[in-house]
Amino acid sequence: MNFDLPEELKVIREATRKFAEKELIPISQHMEETKVMPAEIIAKLKELGYFGIVTPVEYGGMGLSNVGHCVIQEELARANLAFCLLISGNNGIGSMGILYFGNEAQKQKYLPRMATGELLSCFALTEPNAGSDAAAIQMKAEKKGDQYILNGMKHFITRADISDVFTVIAVTDKAKRQKGGFSAFIVEKDAPGFKIGKLQDSMGSDILHQCEMIFEDCEVPAENLLGQEGDGWKAAMRVLEEGRLGQGARSCGMARRLIDLCVDHANTRVQFGKPIAANQAIQWMLADMAVELYAMQCMTYDAAWRLDQGDRTQARASKVKLFCTEAIGRIADRAVQIFGGMGYMREAPIESIYREARALRIYEGTSEIQRLIISRDVLNK
Amino acid sequence: MKIVVCLKQTPDTEATIKLTADKQGIEEQNIKWVMNPYDEYAVEQALRLKEKHGGETVVVCMGPDRVTEAMRTALAMGMDKGVHLKDDAFAHSDATGTAKALAAAIKPLSPDLILCGRQAIDWDMAQVPAILAELLDMPQVTVVAKMEMGADGKSAVCNRRIEGGEEVVEVKFPAVLTCDKGLNEPRYASLPGIMKAKKKEIKPLGLAESGLSANDVGKASSKVQILEYLPLPERPPGKVFKEQETPDMVKQVVKLLREEAKII
Repeated sequence: MNFDLPEELKVIREATRKFAEKELIPISQHMEETKVMPAEIIAKLKELGYFGIVTPVEYGGMGLSNVGHCVIQEELARANLAFCLLISGNNGIGSMGILYFGNEAQKQKYLPRMATGELLSCFALTEPNAGSDAAAIQMKAEKKGDQYILNGMKHFITRADISDVFTVIAVTDKAKRQKGGFSAFIVEKDAPGFKIGKLQDSMGSDILHQCEMIFEDCEVPAENLLGQEGDGWKAAMRVLEEGRLGQGARSCGMARRLIDLCVDHANTRVQFGKPIAANQAIQWMLADMAVELYAMQCMTYDAAWRLDQGDRTQARASKVKLFCTEAIGRIADRAVQIFGGMGYMREAPIESIYREARALRIYEGTSEIQRLIISRDVLNK
Repeated sequence: MKIVVCLKQTPDTEATIKLTADKQGIEEQNIKWVMNPYDEYAVEQALRLKEKHGGETVVVCMGPDRVTEAMRTALAMGMDKGVHLKDDAFAHSDATGTAKALAAAIKPLSPDLILCGRQAIDWDMAQVPAILAELLDMPQVTVVAKMEMGADGKSAVCNRRIEGGEEVVEVKFPAVLTCDKGLNEPRYASLPGIMKAKKKEIKPLGLAESGLSANDVGKASSKVQILEYLPLPERPPGKVFKEQETPDMVKQVVKLLREEAKII
C-alpha cells in the first residue's frame, strides 16, 4: 500500500502552492473587501493552465486524474474558494456535459477554448422550484425546424454573468419527465432571447456572483443538443456526481488555511499573561480540527483514487461530500471561537471562510440529499 | 548556445529544522524540499537566454532520488533535459567533492555557459561554483545581478553586487556565473509545462559512469569533518514596558534600540 503522490503530482502540488502563496493568498483579503477578482490574476490562472486541468489532452487540456484535480483544488481553496469556483465550470460542471455527451464537432468547437480559459462555462439545472428536487424543473424546450425554443428561468447559477457557454437542462417531453423527458443543450451567451437576470446577493462566496438566467423564446440551434433528446437527466446526474469529490478537496484546503491561521493566532495572542495556546480549551479545539482535517484528506484522496481506478460507487462520493462539508463547518466555527472578537470582524480572513463554508453543505446536493443516497446504498446491501 | 544550470534541492526556507539525536545531521522526515531559491534565478536566466539566442539548456543535480522533484520543476519551467548524479558514493561530499562530481557530469557536455545560484540556502558556503570553475578551467563571475550578452554571443557584461555599489565585469565564454536575487523574476512552472516535463529525459549518472573514483567524492574525500550540529540558541524574551507614561516608555525603547540592540 502506498499513499504517496506520484512525482508529477508532487511537482504540481508544489507549483500550485507556491503560486497560491506568492500571488493568491496576498490578495485574498482585498478581494473579500472589494468583491472583485483582479483581471491580471484571472489571466495568470489561464496562462498557467488552470482552466484545463481535467480536459483530455486531445482537446488541449492536461487530462489530469481525479487525484490531481483534488490536489489543485485543495491548494487553490486554501488561498480563497473563489479561485476554485472560477475554474470549476471549465474543469467540471460546465465542460463535463460536452465531454461525456457531446459529439465530436461539439467537443472540437468548445473544449479546446475552455481548456485555455478563452471561454468560461457553467451548468444550469437549478430553478426556483427545483432545488434538491431537480426533477421538478419547468424550463421548456420545443423543437421548431432546425432550432429549439427555450422558455423559462434558472437561478443560483454561479458565474453565469461572466460565462460564455452554458449547459442547460430543459424539459422536452412533459409526460416522460426525468425518464427520458429532459434534454441538455449548449447555449451561448449571445443566443437570441437569453439574458442574465438578477445577480443574487449571497452570504458568502460573493466575489463571483450567483445569477438568474432568463430564457424568453430563446433560440438554440438544434445541433447544440447534447447527446440524444431525453439524455438530459443522465447528463445532469453524471455531471453533478463528478463534482462531489471536489467539495471534499476544497474543504480540506479551507481547513488547512484555518488551522494555520489559528495556530499562529493562538501562539501570539496573549491573554492573562500567556499565549492562548497554553490553554487546554484552545489546545483541544486545535486537536479536534487537526483530526477532522486528517479524516477529510484520507476520505477525499481515497475516493479520488478509487474513482481513477474506475470504481464509480456513487455513495462514496456522497460520503466524502457529506463528511467534509460538515467538518469544515465545525472547523470554521471553532476558528471563529479561537480568534474571538477578531474572528467575527471583516478585517480578518476567518469570517469570510466561515460564511463560504456554510454554502458547501447546500450546493451540489445538500447534506440531506447525500444522506439519502448513502442510506439507500446501505439498505440495499 | 549550450547552457548548464547546477541545481541543488534544499529544505524550504520555512521548514522547521530539527537535529537528529546523534547531532550528526537534520531530521529529513517531514521536511519540505524545494529547489534552492537562488537556483531559480539561474534556471530563469538560462531560459531567457535560450528564448533569445536559441540553444539547449541542461540541468545537473547531485543527490538522492528525491532531488528529481526539483529537477522536474526546472524541466517544467522549460529546461530541456537533466543529468542526475546519483550514487551512494556521492553522499556526504564536501564542496570540493560535489564540484568534482558536477565537473565530471558537465565536462562532456561542453557548455558555453554554466549558471549556478549564488549559494545554497542550507549550508550557505557559496563554494561549489568557484571550485567548479577552477576544475573546468573557466573564468567565474559571482553574485551577478545583471547580465548583458556581448554582440559576439561569446561573452557577457555582468554587474555584480559588492559592498556599497556594483562592479561591472566582462567575461568570455565558456564561464561560470552565479546568480543573485534581482537578476530576473523566475517564472512559475505551468501545468502544461509540468506535463511536458514528464517526457523529458533525466539521465542518471553513477560513480562508474562519471569517470571518478571512490576517493574523489563522498565522505572519504571530504576535507571537512563535521563534529556536530548545534541548534540555534533560544531567543531571549523581549522586554515589555507598561504602566508608565507613553513618552517615557518610548524614550526607554529608543535608548535600548540605540545602545543595546545597536540598530538605530
